[in-house]
Amino acid sequence: MENIYVNNKKECKLIKVKPETIQFLLDYSKSLHFVEKDGIVFQSNLN
Amino acid sequence: MEFQVEDSVLVNNFISGDEKALEILINRHNQRISSFIYSKVLDRDVTEDIFQDTFIKVIKTLKKGTYSEEGKFLPWVMRIAHNLIIDHFRRNKRMPMFEGNEDFNIFSVIGDDKLNAEKQLIKDQIDTDLRLLIDELPDDQREVLLMRIYKDMSFKEISENTGVSINTALGRMRYALINLRKIIDKNNIVLTS
Repeated sequence: MENIYVNNKKECKLIKVKPETIQFLLDYSKSLHFVEKDGIVFQSNLN
Repeated sequence: MEFQVEDSVLVNNFISGDEKALEILINRHNQRISSFIYSKVLDRDVTEDIFQDTFIKVIKTLKKGTYSEEGKFLPWVMRIAHNLIIDHFRRNKRMPMFEGNEDFNIFSVIGDDKLNAEKQLIKDQIDTDLRLLIDELPDDQREVLLMRIYKDMSFKEISENTGVSINTALGRMRYALINLRKIIDKNNIVLTS
């Protein structure tokens, strides 16, 4: 398996994602709906 | 002391339709998850992408109703992020990203140096105009110029084919170019793209 652990700990820093990314996720969540009909789950994105 | 609603409560609220609960969850764990992803991939843009994909999975799972509160919310999200990081490295291993450096630019090898459609049209037009101008030259000069430029013959080959000395062939080429410039200047022709 790929070794994904960093060797240089100095490169580890605290960061946050951009507000745009968060806003996208919130908008995505609001637009996402799941509807179940006859045991089948339908996914829809209503913008 | 500030009262903090537990993750499990926020998750249940979100499942019940409270979108604000998701915003609180994302903002609460933003730094932790982002820094975790960044510590592995060391790239801000990739971090944004993986963070986004992680929460898209979280949102889908919660809205679908397939989330079970077996463990804690954060370890579950971290596990999703961790799996996506592994996917990212697997993908990059299959198709490594090569950015090049100062000594070597990958686009010098794979770049498309063909002209675009507009530039090709202009070039064709210039070539056609130039051929018309060459037709205006005296026969001996035109013959040498065509052999040299269009047939890529050496002056030795030209002299052998035309039966004149190399110096004469050179002189005819020189006059051909001088006369071409004169025709171009006289008629104010622009031959640039």
